[in-house]
Amino acid sequence: MLKCRTVWKKLAPLARASSTVCRQNVRRTGLTSSRIPACVPVAHMSTGPAGGGRENQLYILLVGAACVGGAIYTYRTVKGDSQRYQDRIEEISSRSYKRATAEPATPIQSEPSAVDATETEVILEPEPEAAPSLEPEAAPSLEPEAAPSLESEAAPSPEEPSPPAPDAEVAVPETTELPPADEPVVEASPEESAEPAAVPVVEEEPSPPSEPSPFELTELPPAPVVESEPAAAESPAAEPTEPQPEVVAQSGGPAPDSLKVPSHTPYLLIGGGTASFAAARSIRARDPGAKVLIVTDESDPPYMRPPLSKELWFSDDPSVTETLRFKQWNGKERSIYFQPPSFYINAEELNGAENGGVAVLTGKKVVHMDVRGNKIKLDDDTEISYDKCLIATGGVPRNLQVIERAGEEVMKKTTLFRKIEDFKSLDKVSRNVKSITIIGGGFLGSELACALGRRSTEYDLEVVQMFPEKGNMGKVLPEYLSNWTTEKVKSEGVKVISEALVKSVVCKDDKLEIKLKDGRLVKTDHIVAAVGLEPNVDLAKSAGLEVDSDFGGFRVNAELQARSNIWVAGDAACFYDIRLGRRRVEHHDHAVVSGRLAGENMTGANKPYWHQSMFWSDLGPDVGYEAIGIVDSSLPTVGVFAKATAKDTPKAATEKSGTGIRSESETEDTATSPVASLTLAPTVEQHQDEYGKGVIFYLRDKVVVGIILWNVFNRMPIARKIIKDGEEHADLNEVAKLFNIHDD
Amino acid sequence: MSYCKQEGKDRIIFVTKEDHEAPSNAELIADDPNDPYEEQGLILPNGDINWNCPCLGGMASGPCGSQFKEAFSCFHYSKEEVKGSECIDNFRNMQECMQRYPELYPQEEDKESSQAEASSSSVSAAPTEGSALPPETDSTPATSTSDSTSLIDNQTAS
Repeated sequence: MLKCRTVWKKLAPLARASSTVCRQNVRRTGLTSSRIPACVPVAHMSTGPAGGGRENQLYILLVGAACVGGAIYTYRTVKGDSQRYQDRIEEISSRSYKRATAEPATPIQSEPSAVDATETEVILEPEPEAAPSLEPEAAPSLEPEAAPSLESEAAPSPEEPSPPAPDAEVAVPETTELPPADEPVVEASPEESAEPAAVPVVEEEPSPPSEPSPFELTELPPAPVVESEPAAAESPAAEPTEPQPEVVAQSGGPAPDSLKVPSHTPYLLIGGGTASFAAARSIRARDPGAKVLIVTDESDPPYMRPPLSKELWFSDDPSVTETLRFKQWNGKERSIYFQPPSFYINAEELNGAENGGVAVLTGKKVVHMDVRGNKIKLDDDTEISYDKCLIATGGVPRNLQVIERAGEEVMKKTTLFRKIEDFKSLDKVSRNVKSITIIGGGFLGSELACALGRRSTEYDLEVVQMFPEKGNMGKVLPEYLSNWTTEKVKSEGVKVISEALVKSVVCKDDKLEIKLKDGRLVKTDHIVAAVGLEPNVDLAKSAGLEVDSDFGGFRVNAELQARSNIWVAGDAACFYDIRLGRRRVEHHDHAVVSGRLAGENMTGANKPYWHQSMFWSDLGPDVGYEAIGIVDSSLPTVGVFAKATAKDTPKAATEKSGTGIRSESETEDTATSPVASLTLAPTVEQHQDEYGKGVIFYLRDKVVVGIILWNVFNRMPIARKIIKDGEEHADLNEVAKLFNIHDD
Repeated sequence: MSYCKQEGKDRIIFVTKEDHEAPSNAELIADDPNDPYEEQGLILPNGDINWNCPCLGGMASGPCGSQFKEAFSCFHYSKEEVKGSECIDNFRNMQECMQRYPELYPQEEDKESSQAEASSSSVSAAPTEGSALPPETDSTPATSTSDSTSLIDNQTAS
């Protein structure tokens, strides 16, 4: 089409030139004929000898060529149209038997960012596209409307739902009046040129011709994308008012992974982590036959994170990075994935599944949320509408500004640890470098330091951990305990540098040099930054959701609801805890508890956050603790300790309870009878081990708001009860008695 | 002997076993078994089955969830002499479904269904409050809360 325009533009001046010349000639001859004796200087006339003849010939040649070209084009279009008509008739008859596949047949559609409007499956007007001119007209006329909704570089011309009067107004260089079509748009915008489409695009057609196409086209972007399943295809066809185009061909063109995404799902879960999975399970349990769609930008289905910094590192299996399975203390193995792939159903089968199911859409990011319209938009411009939505987007690891500013070289040698791929890459790195430095002294940093420290002997690896606090877990444990913990971490083979503030990082001779504020210099090969998590609130803007300024994350009420039909759970939720006040918790069990609660509330339970979640950490085989509530080292604490025996270690606890992960024993009320009886040698009194096991109470206004069970296991229910009561206890030693810390 | 130290705002108490032998005089508030906010056990106060109980694992939510629910409900409300004797068909459906997903429902399906029956009767006798069934962190489809050690052990990760 554009070609024609350019051709026309080129021809036009020539045509004009030739016509003016003709006119001039006529005038001149007229003049000269009337005034013969006038002394006219020799002028170059068009009709003259030699030179004039040549020019003349040139003009004739050009004009002739233009006409011939036009004729050829017209002939071709007519032929092509009739051929296309035949094809369409065939397809219409065969369409009722087959289900359309999403592969874009024509090159036009294979747009990297194919939009919902473009389609392979064509619901076509049965009427013929007899008029070649229609197509050229249609092309420019529909293009402006199509442009916003269709992203195609090659000019697509939506197939004209043929107007009742297909006048074959062949005129390449002119615009033709379009006969009053069912598409008023065509009339409404009588475009100038009959630019033929470069390649006619097979587009979807509205089946009832009454629908004006601009309406359709403009409706397309907001309208939900219809599935291309036969069932779905019938119903839109049956609907007289909504002739929707078919489902989007996914980005990547005719690739096998072009999914048909359901255009509507009753339950939409944004984010595919622990909270999302817990919610999915809760919804399915409470709403029989529920259809749940999980959308995640990761490439893995839901998995649990704690083993990534703990158990997976202690595995003996060399292929652990592939299998992601870990053996627990009692030999029982499990995968970090919550469920194997057979648990989930395919996204395109979701709407058709009789008993519903959970579908996971991986590799897709939600970029826009329309709260009023109850729909979201993915990064490939697919739109999915929902009835209830959960935002469980979690967060992204924070990075140090000095590292970000330090440049590409430094960034390449830095790991921000959170996902499976981070685990895989760090595992590889740890086998190949001589020195790793972990920046950060919290849960993740300390756990990774201990895990890597374990490897330091095997692989001749130096493990350094640096943090601004005075000791490991400095923000969680009271000072005395934090110091004690730091000594334990050091005994795991980690070089601990406390009170370290990183001033700058440079890359020199393929090594990283970390300069601290107090002047110390640390040379290392690789950095792991474990300095916190930034909650992912990207959707807050488009959705108009409130973000908490104190804790970060989406602000939700006690029932985890942000707005009607929208809930938030997991790391990203800043919620109101009836007992402990507004908070945001970044622990695994909280993700499970809040995810489950959100799922319950999405199915109508209307319950507030009540069941307190817990968390745990193991720092090597000797130090392990479980905690619940607000555990902040700035609060006054009361610690009640007994001397530890060898029986009070995390390892012993798991062996006794017959389960692998301590979290299991806490959560899945499993076997009480020990699998392996304990045969431990008589313990050696560890005199320096003053804080062997005990209970630490965190107080706020004399009320216990947090409890740590230090090397004391399987007593979480008592701790939970104490926090739930929220009473002021005069003597916390009496409360500590409830835990029987001396017993095993 | 027990002793106490104070480090800034933190108080540390060391206690011997003897000191803790006397029963505690700390008062705890009695729990309301009908508290709607609390996590419920397998059987709700009104007698219904709590399908969201962590003890069920993924049984009620997986691909065979509806079959499981039917079978289990039938068994639960069964008033026959041999409880659940009229539910054979439901259980067969459930078994057939589970056989289609060997990854999710590993081999001992017979054991599972019988264990499920055993557990429901034992659990219904003692409906526990949420503390005994704390939130799950993983999703091994444990069907029973009771002594199904072998079942748990044999279940592979799911």
